[in-house]
Amino acid sequence: MERWTQVGLTQDEYRLIVDTLGREPNDLELGLYGGMWSEHCSYKSSKVLLKKFPTTGLRVRQGPGENAGVVDIGDGLAVVFKAESHNHPSAVEPFQGAATGVGGIIRDIFTMGARPIAMFDSLRFGEMDDARSRYLLGGVVGGIAFYGNCIGIPTVGGEIYFEDCYKDNPLVNVLCVGLVNPAKIIKGRAEGVGNSVMLVGAKTGRDGIHGASLLASQVFAESAEDKRPAVQVGDPFMEKLLIEACLEALQTGYIVGLQDLGAAGLTSASSEAAARAKNGLDLDIAKVPRRETGMTPYEVMLSESQERMLVIVKKGFEKPVTGIFARWGLDSTVVGRVTDTGMLRVLQDGVVVGEVPARSLADEGPAYQRPEKRPAYLDSAQRLDLSAVPEPEDYGQALDTLLRSLNIASKEWVYRQYDHMVQVNTIVLPGADAAVLRVKGTRKAIALSTDANGRYCYLDPFVGGAIAVAESARNVVCTGARPVAITNCLNFGNPERPEVMWQFRRTIEGMAEACKALDTPVTGGNVSFYNETSGRAIYPTPLVGMLGVMEDQDRRTTPGFKSAGDMIILLGTTREELGGSEYLKLVHGLVAGTPPALDLQLETAVQAACLDAIEQGIARSAHDCSEGGIAVALAECCFSAEDGAKGAEVSLEGAAAVEHSAGAACAGPDDAGADRAGPDGIRKDALLFGESQSRIIVSCSPVDAGRILSIAQEHRAPAAVIGTVGGQKLRISAGGGKMPLIDRDTSELEKPWREVLAWTLK
Amino acid sequence: MKWGVVVFPGSNCDRDTLWALGDELAQDASFIWHQEKSVEGYDAIVLPGGFSYGDYLRTGAIARFSPVMEAVEKFAQRGGLVLGICNGFQILLEAGLLPGAMLRNSSLQFRCHFLHIRVENEKTPFTLACNKGEVLRVPIAHNEGNYYADDATIKSLADNGRIVFRYCDEHGAVTPEANPNGSMDSIAGICNKAGNVLGMMPHPERCSEAVLSSSDGAKVFRSAIKFWERG
Repeated sequence: MERWTQVGLTQDEYRLIVDTLGREPNDLELGLYGGMWSEHCSYKSSKVLLKKFPTTGLRVRQGPGENAGVVDIGDGLAVVFKAESHNHPSAVEPFQGAATGVGGIIRDIFTMGARPIAMFDSLRFGEMDDARSRYLLGGVVGGIAFYGNCIGIPTVGGEIYFEDCYKDNPLVNVLCVGLVNPAKIIKGRAEGVGNSVMLVGAKTGRDGIHGASLLASQVFAESAEDKRPAVQVGDPFMEKLLIEACLEALQTGYIVGLQDLGAAGLTSASSEAAARAKNGLDLDIAKVPRRETGMTPYEVMLSESQERMLVIVKKGFEKPVTGIFARWGLDSTVVGRVTDTGMLRVLQDGVVVGEVPARSLADEGPAYQRPEKRPAYLDSAQRLDLSAVPEPEDYGQALDTLLRSLNIASKEWVYRQYDHMVQVNTIVLPGADAAVLRVKGTRKAIALSTDANGRYCYLDPFVGGAIAVAESARNVVCTGARPVAITNCLNFGNPERPEVMWQFRRTIEGMAEACKALDTPVTGGNVSFYNETSGRAIYPTPLVGMLGVMEDQDRRTTPGFKSAGDMIILLGTTREELGGSEYLKLVHGLVAGTPPALDLQLETAVQAACLDAIEQGIARSAHDCSEGGIAVALAECCFSAEDGAKGAEVSLEGAAAVEHSAGAACAGPDDAGADRAGPDGIRKDALLFGESQSRIIVSCSPVDAGRILSIAQEHRAPAAVIGTVGGQKLRISAGGGKMPLIDRDTSELEKPWREVLAWTLK
Repeated sequence: MKWGVVVFPGSNCDRDTLWALGDELAQDASFIWHQEKSVEGYDAIVLPGGFSYGDYLRTGAIARFSPVMEAVEKFAQRGGLVLGICNGFQILLEAGLLPGAMLRNSSLQFRCHFLHIRVENEKTPFTLACNKGEVLRVPIAHNEGNYYADDATIKSLADNGRIVFRYCDEHGAVTPEANPNGSMDSIAGICNKAGNVLGMMPHPERCSEAVLSSSDGAKVFRSAIKFWERG
């Protein structure tokens, strides 16, 4: 095996190292480059394209580049948030893989000086009839619960989808949110020549070596079992102590920089901190506290042992800082100092064992514009002849089938295993469109939703990427919060395949367009490539984490219907769109067509109307229409009533309005522009189960219905009264027939929806 | 009235308890570090929820050896009010201030959700603001809440009014379905003989204000305040 292959680099990359150093690197130095120039750490295949994202805005205090993005929410407070993937570790060892993913993202947040206040998990697995997928789900949920519950940060939201393409490559994306006084933000910078570099927390062991370079940055072999030692083991108790001790130590003012140790361990923490400050760093690794004896410098520098922090302390003030860590029972050891050389020098007992420019590791790695090619599958996959798709004989039965889909059914089995209330801020509990957290000491609240529809992105990455942004914003709006910024986690296959790079670029372009239209800049993110096995990639899955701000927490709104007699209003337009729908897959066994079109002007109008109605205090409930269409959304509004399931009587005659001309649909050159029938010709199954975008179901007292319609008109958003809340049945009629298409007891529909996930996993 | 909230390494409901007492109930409340050897000057001590020492070894098993616990024990013997919530309850069991032990939930899973408990004894210092049989809506969040004791102990607890809360449905019926963890006799909270030490698995600090969708938990704290004010 060539030297470079052993650390996951190419021959060209090796040559670049030799050019940089003016000599051959020794084994240690090559290992440092292997970690830092890995896809996972260097973003070498993605960083050129990521520049397409809008990253600035009035509220953005910190865009991409630091440990996490920062968004100003007023009242002297800022939100710090970031998402990260832990896909490959979780595929190899689901419990510890997920647990350490949680631990890693939390460190990114308190590294900025923020107190972590909430977590979200976005998960993807294969279908649950596969035993290994069930094992992975159990392990991942168990690992998240193990770490998150112990550490005292509520896990308040997320999403889970099941699709065969994730069978060998499950996705575990974790997102953490923190709160900070913007004046007190601390950065991961090794400032001040002569300052001390301290290592705090867990001792360093041989776990996780090559996690970044070999585990996260290569395609999975059929048997990944041999990679198990590259997965780290988490200790949430240690990290809880680290949070409290770091936040307390920051109060002293003696800490000038804080950087967590994540992928590529000490190598990445030290070189990034030095590079950001344009300084150098001397590390005497003989001083690094070890968990085991006989570790080589290579192992110490590349260990990914968890729960460790690099702390840059003002020279001469080490003692008071150490005192605080000691009070929390934590080791803190000075292992080096900041220099002005720009070099990362690794010493062992005073002898230099490696010396490379810090910036060459952190910033000057290769950047590729990899070749792209439109995938051949698209043409056949996008073809959908609806005339060959029969309408279901029993629409009620079809609804029941959809509600039993694990992609639609309640995720209570999962979130009841997570402490989602600790810190007493969760004022909208899991199960709603977005989680809402009050901000203590203010009237404000923040809302956050995570969304990605891999199937849409598979069928059209541009539209799918745009929908991920639009839907997450819509979810936030449904709680009464104004969307302000996103973070993301982009999960794709092997970037060395041109088809994957094409998907990647199109997805980014779609997301960027939606971010611009909705004025929600990107504050940071994460890219996870190589999610494929034997040439079979996952669907492109761009997770969007949308942050919203609510000025008055008492205006928060939930999806559940409130009182019998309330009017139900549909904001938005239903088109004949069945492509990529859960209905088509579940009832007809088809993953085909183009995803529903997204008209960003209409989207903006619908969101503005909904927010206005909520802020004026007249919308009693609001719920986004997504998978399963309006019928599923109505059922969920019925089930989510706080005082037991309610019924509703709905007529969809007016819901198929396609007349408005709010602007061209958001579609790339790739959008085939599926045939759309007029209001009279719309198929009943499309009316009920189609997933047209930009639709929100709102309910209100009968006296306010007129006001909501006129609010909608002001914002140029289509709106129609479609029914009333009441009774014990969900009755939906459409198409002029006297008999309702759906006529079911809500409690009968509710039971499987609520419990099917638990039944499946028993 | 002065409240002390003990902070063990790994406590994670300490700040929530201080928030409920200080900001919501306007009490004089402060933290007590686990290495303190005295709890002088406090009128009530709360052992908060969380994962003291990571729940390593056994829930509460290490925390009970913290220096502060000796002082808490003496404080309790003198009749001081001690409230153990969730992990605090587990610590009280390990410390022998309350009888019995906690097993893992019968589901073998962590459980976090709102549920209902019935006030079985409204005469304790922690329930005297409640009515007998009153149903409170409160949340739980635990992995080991499956209370266990031998039959004689359970009988004696029941006979002496020391079962303070039982899990029940929304109408107050104590049923196996309403029990979230398999605890014996649906026990959600018990007190010592004198009634001044209460351990409960549900979290009153998480439901002491309307914005958190229930303020029933405040009744536990208000009862203690009322008790103390009576002298």
